[in-house]
Amino acid sequence: MKRVGLFVCHCGLNIARTVDIKDIVEKTSKRSDIVFAADHKYLCSEPGQALIKDSIRQHKLDAIVVAACSPAMHEATFKTIAQLSGLNKYNCEIANIREQSSWVHDDPQKATEKAHIIVSEAIEKVKLNEPLQPITVPVTRKVLIIGGGIAGIRASLDVANAGYQVYLVEKSGSIGGRMAQLSETFPTLDCAICILGPLMVEVYRHPNIKLLRLSQVEEVRGYIGNFKVKVRQEPEYVDVAKCNACGECAKVCPADVPNEFDFGLTWRKAIYTPFAQAVPPAYVLDAKNCLGLLPQACGECKKACDQLGTACMNLDAWPQTHELEVGAIIVATGYELYDATKLTEYGYGTCPDVMTSIEFERMLSASGPTLGEIRRPSDGRVPREIVFIQCAGQREPETALPYCSKICCMYTARHAMMFREKVPEGQAYVFYMDIRAGGKGYEEFVKRCQEERGLLYLRGRVAKVYEENGKLIVKGVDTISGKRVQINADLVVLAVGMIPSAGSKELASTLKASLDANGFFSEAHPKLRPLESPTAGIYLAGAGQAPKDIPETVAQASGAAAKALDLLSSPTLEREPTVAQVLETCSGCGICIPLCPYEALTLNANTNQAEVSEALCEGCGTCVASCPSSSLSLRNLTDQQILAMIEAIVA
Amino acid sequence: MQSYLYFPGCTLRTVAKDYDASAKACARALGFELKEMQGWLCCGAVLSNVEDNLMTRAGPNRILARAQQESDRLVTLCAGCYNVLKRTDLRAKLASPAQQSINTFNEDSYNGRVDVVHFLEILRDQVGFDAIEKAVKAPLKGVRVGAYYGCLLLRPFEEMKFDDPNRPSILENLLMRLGCTPIDYPARTDCCGSYLSVGSSENSQPMSATIVKSAHSCGARLLTVGCPLCKYNLESSQIPRAKNASAEKFLPVVYFTQLLGLALGLRPEELELDMQQMQAIREAQIPTSEGRDRH
Repeated sequence: MKRVGLFVCHCGLNIARTVDIKDIVEKTSKRSDIVFAADHKYLCSEPGQALIKDSIRQHKLDAIVVAACSPAMHEATFKTIAQLSGLNKYNCEIANIREQSSWVHDDPQKATEKAHIIVSEAIEKVKLNEPLQPITVPVTRKVLIIGGGIAGIRASLDVANAGYQVYLVEKSGSIGGRMAQLSETFPTLDCAICILGPLMVEVYRHPNIKLLRLSQVEEVRGYIGNFKVKVRQEPEYVDVAKCNACGECAKVCPADVPNEFDFGLTWRKAIYTPFAQAVPPAYVLDAKNCLGLLPQACGECKKACDQLGTACMNLDAWPQTHELEVGAIIVATGYELYDATKLTEYGYGTCPDVMTSIEFERMLSASGPTLGEIRRPSDGRVPREIVFIQCAGQREPETALPYCSKICCMYTARHAMMFREKVPEGQAYVFYMDIRAGGKGYEEFVKRCQEERGLLYLRGRVAKVYEENGKLIVKGVDTISGKRVQINADLVVLAVGMIPSAGSKELASTLKASLDANGFFSEAHPKLRPLESPTAGIYLAGAGQAPKDIPETVAQASGAAAKALDLLSSPTLEREPTVAQVLETCSGCGICIPLCPYEALTLNANTNQAEVSEALCEGCGTCVASCPSSSLSLRNLTDQQILAMIEAIVA
Repeated sequence: MQSYLYFPGCTLRTVAKDYDASAKACARALGFELKEMQGWLCCGAVLSNVEDNLMTRAGPNRILARAQQESDRLVTLCAGCYNVLKRTDLRAKLASPAQQSINTFNEDSYNGRVDVVHFLEILRDQVGFDAIEKAVKAPLKGVRVGAYYGCLLLRPFEEMKFDDPNRPSILENLLMRLGCTPIDYPARTDCCGSYLSVGSSENSQPMSATIVKSAHSCGARLLTVGCPLCKYNLESSQIPRAKNASAEKFLPVVYFTQLLGLALGLRPEELELDMQQMQAIREAQIPTSEGRDRH
């Protein structure tokens, strides 16, 4: 008979407000199978942990139940203290009486009754727990980073500088991401590419970073510490090592294509460099818009290249698959913008002079379509009256995005300010709901823009934008004066929201990582584990997790890199031993094998019985439920234990 | 003959008899019948969003409870009735405590079993615009007509789900099948002022006037609506100007059912169109010299 002890936590008033702790302790200590029971205001605190430690020694306990918060919160804490006190940590069970009782019930009597049941259920389980030893597996000390924006760049450099190998996978022809498209950054007005460019070059030159452009992750197998990844790279028609970016190929290319880097405001050729500072500094052949590769229809680019003697082109290239082995994966897939044509009230897509803020951003850029001048797309005139609409399609749960993208208040202030700088005689109006300028120096920046640049901020929403006699009629309301407002504008800029990058959903299913309701990658815990996906070994950085600005993205990227380095710092890794085991009665029917989501089950040809790879098994129990002869069992969650727990519940 | 249960509403029995008559005539011409429901009463005219006084919602629930005895679909014409009844039905489907109170009070349970549709939806989804185009006998070639939707057909979109509230197209699509030249104008989804015209017409008149002016300046010579209140507001905003000989030309307003009827070859009397209106429709045609058949 095990000597079981019970520790009940008040969690301040979180539990004690609704659950009668004294009653739990008193009644439970009368049980014949309980040697000792105690309570504490905060069991997770140092004195609380000391109570557990001392009691285990003093009363010679060999199993404990901690009745406290969710195991997702502090299971590790209590298991560690059990281990340090001489117990096997698998003889520690958590009874969650906070999330499953006190927080969700109002009636103290019923909540206490339920807490009793939860506690006795955990006692029944722990009595039958076996002492286990963690499984040790080796760690592949390399990191895969998906996405070459500022988040992926920062994380790559941090991991690589620590001395580990990085594979940086980028979908497009160059790293740099959204930040490369920006002209300036708030609140300091640094030129975006001037601060990003050197980091891009550093990535390219770093001996520990292998950059794979035009590439996407196709398949991920394995588990934390031991991922096997297949990356598909589109055909590299241009040899990156040989290309010197002379541009002779583009000069002779006959195909004109809208330039996605400028959101179609300029044109590029089918062979092109994504932007002047692109890394790797090599041209890209856009096979979709090329006049034809199979069979070859034009080939002028290759001719020009060969004539120069550079000879870096191979029009017969095929896609490649890179098979990589890594220990950790950092997802830095970034964001896209909400489709403004869905916001029919603002006329985007029908009125050429209604643009999105990222298009306006390109226009502000010295290397943009107008070389930094602000012009109307319809007639090229300099606009005098400009209207910025914040929260366009945001914070509108019924019709568009329910959330706030966090950065629009800041960049809109910057846009309006820069408009006034470039067009001093112009007038800028900003429709806003409220200004969210939380961040170091942010509030001051917005105030400075408003006051020094004479921007007209109108609190209210715009109902409608339409074209009349060459002007854009903006009808809205100023809720401070309570009056309807009509502005006859020359240009309207919509601050549309951030949405997760296209392909996030597919990538999430490849990685077996979860997404939240809005399609962003979910974190393991919103406060305590914001850098990790719930799937072990996958870390998150940047706007792929939630809308955020550059400083926050960089901070998260360095944080995710530190998390990955933590994993890589040891050559081996411990995994939970609470995995499935095959009993002797297995007949080798094989029903369980295709059901395993982790490919942890195989049929042993010699014994004709199923076999569990302990390193792959996540202990989900799917196989156990499927076995027709009950020949599979989950360690420390056996049928016997489950029945004992059910009895405790219904007793 | 296919028959649909029909809710006329008060306005169609008083100031908008022409809407009622023309819709019924069109239905017959297209081979179906609008069968008036038994014992209908006032829908309440505006859907009350008040949560602590359910009395205002007793009426429309009673209508739907009666309608469900006859059919599982109820056709409306007046945009106001459509809005009230459709949204009442949606609320009834929620089976809320409020709905239970209403049902107890009414002694006549309604739990959201009637599909409330607008006549336009019958034309589009049941008859089909293709069939209508084939049935057109006297195409209204080149009639420059501005469709005005009003708010009640379209909003709130989450509940009405009738057409894009900012860029609706159902009326234009129908008008094109009749041979008309629909005119796109910016104010076609603005509010006409609604019931403000009852108590403070000084506020509603400028709103209606903006719509008329916008349509006229974009080339419309006729307006068409599906709401009696919109028609009243659009017409009354023009009265002061109509009296003044030097003012802008009067922009007449007709129901879409009247244009449909004309195109289907019905006589003006059947559609309750008077001489003046017929004259206006003729004048709205693009003159032949401008290329009448360019459409």
